[in-house]
Amino acid sequence: MSIILDHVNYIYEAGTAMEYAALKDVNLSIPDGQFIGLIGHTGSGKSTLVQHLNGLLAPSSGNVYYNGADIHDSDYNRKELRSKVGLVFQYPEHQLFEIDVFSDVCFGPKNLGLDKKETELRAYAALKQVGLADEYFYQSPFDLSGGQKRRVAIAGVLAMRPEVLILDEPTAGLDPKGRDEILDQIAKLREETGMTVILVSHSMEDVAKYVDRIIVMNKGQVMFDNEPKEVFRHYKELEEVGLAAPQVTYIMQALRKSGLNVDTDITTIEEAKRAILRALNR
Amino acid sequence: MGIIETKDLVFEYIRRDEEGNVEGITRAVDEVTLDVKQGDFVAILGHNGSGKSTLAKHINAILYPTEGTVWVDGKDTSDEANLWDVRQRAGMVFQNPDNQIIGQVVEEDVGFGPENLGVPTEEIWERVKESLKAVGMYEFRKHSPNKLSGGQKQRVSIAGVIAMHPKCIVLDEPTAMLDPNGRKEVIRAARALNDVEEITVILITHYMEEIVHANKVFVMDKGKVAMEGTPREIFSQVEKLKSLRLDVPQVTLLAHELRKSGVAIPEGILTCEELVAALGLDRQRTK
Amino acid sequence: MLRDITLGQYYQTDSVIHRLDPRVKLVTTIFYIISLFIVDNFIGYIIAGLFLALIIKLSKVPVKFMVRGMKSIIFLLIIAVGFNLFLTPGETAVAFWKLRITWEGIRLAAFMAIRLVFLIMGSSVMTLTTTPNNLTDGMESLLGPLKKLKVPVHEISMMMSIALRFIPILLEETDKIMKAQIARGADFESGNLIKKAKSLVPLLVPLFISAFRRANDLAMAMEARCYRGGEHRTKMKPLIYKRRDWLAYGAVVCYLALCVVFGKILL
Repeated sequence: MSIILDHVNYIYEAGTAMEYAALKDVNLSIPDGQFIGLIGHTGSGKSTLVQHLNGLLAPSSGNVYYNGADIHDSDYNRKELRSKVGLVFQYPEHQLFEIDVFSDVCFGPKNLGLDKKETELRAYAALKQVGLADEYFYQSPFDLSGGQKRRVAIAGVLAMRPEVLILDEPTAGLDPKGRDEILDQIAKLREETGMTVILVSHSMEDVAKYVDRIIVMNKGQVMFDNEPKEVFRHYKELEEVGLAAPQVTYIMQALRKSGLNVDTDITTIEEAKRAILRALNR
Repeated sequence: MGIIETKDLVFEYIRRDEEGNVEGITRAVDEVTLDVKQGDFVAILGHNGSGKSTLAKHINAILYPTEGTVWVDGKDTSDEANLWDVRQRAGMVFQNPDNQIIGQVVEEDVGFGPENLGVPTEEIWERVKESLKAVGMYEFRKHSPNKLSGGQKQRVSIAGVIAMHPKCIVLDEPTAMLDPNGRKEVIRAARALNDVEEITVILITHYMEEIVHANKVFVMDKGKVAMEGTPREIFSQVEKLKSLRLDVPQVTLLAHELRKSGVAIPEGILTCEELVAALGLDRQRTK
Repeated sequence: MLRDITLGQYYQTDSVIHRLDPRVKLVTTIFYIISLFIVDNFIGYIIAGLFLALIIKLSKVPVKFMVRGMKSIIFLLIIAVGFNLFLTPGETAVAFWKLRITWEGIRLAAFMAIRLVFLIMGSSVMTLTTTPNNLTDGMESLLGPLKKLKVPVHEISMMMSIALRFIPILLEETDKIMKAQIARGADFESGNLIKKAKSLVPLLVPLFISAFRRANDLAMAMEARCYRGGEHRTKMKPLIYKRRDWLAYGAVVCYLALCVVFGKILL
């Protein structure tokens, strides 16, 4: 049970003067239940990559396998795949269209051909999962606040009961508290359901706090694919491609340079605090 | 009197249901009094819905006060006769980079403001040139805005405002839709304007690391000014900021956590160097 | 994909035709179209063809580009030729089954085909060599006298140029919303016409909302930059006739005279 990308290449506008390779020989294996952070600056290929995972884009060459089956086989049911691999786009609230929140969340399961009862059950459960209170269910989605709209949009994907959930910058434009609330909710959801989560993000601090594996994309290629600590150890190379380690990693570097005996591969505030206290009490 | 001044500014709007019946009145800005001096770099912080953008729109006379007064360079914004003076003196850059570029070529967009002001043709060209140079976008003057990155588009928008020769520029969450590199570009451009051209900058944001260099910070909550002070004074109150749905840079948070655990360091640490100094490590090394 | 659609397709290069004032190009195009309807003999069409060939040559736009533009009118061309060929009364040239082709029909069909091809090519030279902005500027200036009749000329041209600016953005947005709904299991392709139309709701509603939001934002941004309509406004790139523009006007007048003399009166 996993997603495997085997020598995947993707070329935009092939055969024209605008032609460029958005993905170059990408090989990845995404086993069940991982919490993955996908990072890379704008244009690094990360959006193109996630659209390959649910078959929205087909590789120019190479193969994508879901649970062992090639998703671009002619008899493969890609509609079902899209319910198994749920993709939440950036600013997902821009796709809301129904008259009330509940009907909008029903859209996904209804498209899967489920009966009314099952559809509504799933929609209800999904809205609960994202922590939206009952009082909003029959309001127009357009009357909600930005953060609430985003929850509704995420629920719209969750209602299809995906096994893999991909979120493309789910916190863009939210304020700090709203950002933490959404990310905490996702982490909680993952614990409860055990689903695979892929978080596309620009924030190293967020990624470091939540995920157990980081994939760094650069110019269409996988640059690093490892645990956060290992990836951020290469902070100099990350800087060269316009990325960086979390701020706390730099703080630890500075402290160590000034003579405090602390580890430098620290990526969260909590770890940093413990390490500094330990070093000071020495 | 400063370049921007507000006195007891209140802005209310009426909420209506689908049939148009009045449901209630929302007070988006509630008795705000503030004074911004010429040449300042002011940051206005606040969570989504705190009223910070509504406040900003008063400075450019897009909205008018329900009660109270706003003066831009001494001119009352509610007075119709002042409208174009106010808008020329206090330029504004908005959040969405795509929705504020009018021209199909970068230079034409920057020329849009001066054209509206009736500036003679040759002078428009001069202004476009100097404004694009000020934000480092001169090489892109012949490009289509659709081909630029988000940060570049916002710099073009800033150039479009500079070309109107304002005294003050209001940036209403200019970085909210950008990636980290785009955010840095825009903030760098805003700081250069303030340092070199001495234009007053009012930056509205919820990214805490962007306000470190401001002279003065206002924190908005429920339409009111909840906190006011220098970045250091503001960042010294970690718990209060958190209660206002905001946070602090990681270094400030770490210092705060260490202090809570009994390490003797002051509140309001803003940079890595300050933390090193506060822990007494720099002295140890020089010994 | 959607973004392959190019509207107001401008071909970037430097040529005499590119540098001409947009007003000259607009006026020339109009006169050229008129000339195609004045002439009614082959000599006239030869003159029109030579004139067009000369302009295409001067414009440095590859002929390939022109031909590509013709693809969209092939259907129209076939219908027009067909109707003329079979439905014109006169002396029979060929007859088979119930259909009858007349000599007059052949003549008319040929004229019609030439007219259509020249017409489309002639106007595409204009759009290929003039940026959309330049074109709207030209139109605003030419229609200027209508302002006296209270026609909002400036507003119309501003609207056109804004529309052109936002077309690529809205196309990209359509693509994005479509993908997002497909990711939620939407199906835009299968089913009968009614089902297909219904399936567009999840695409169109968000698209309209977004368009209104953008329009609102843009209006605010324009006001913030002191936009107040066409009055008091100066131009960054004012249209000023140069020597070459007057020469071009002269050439057009000569061409029209030739058309009238050879295409109408003489023969």
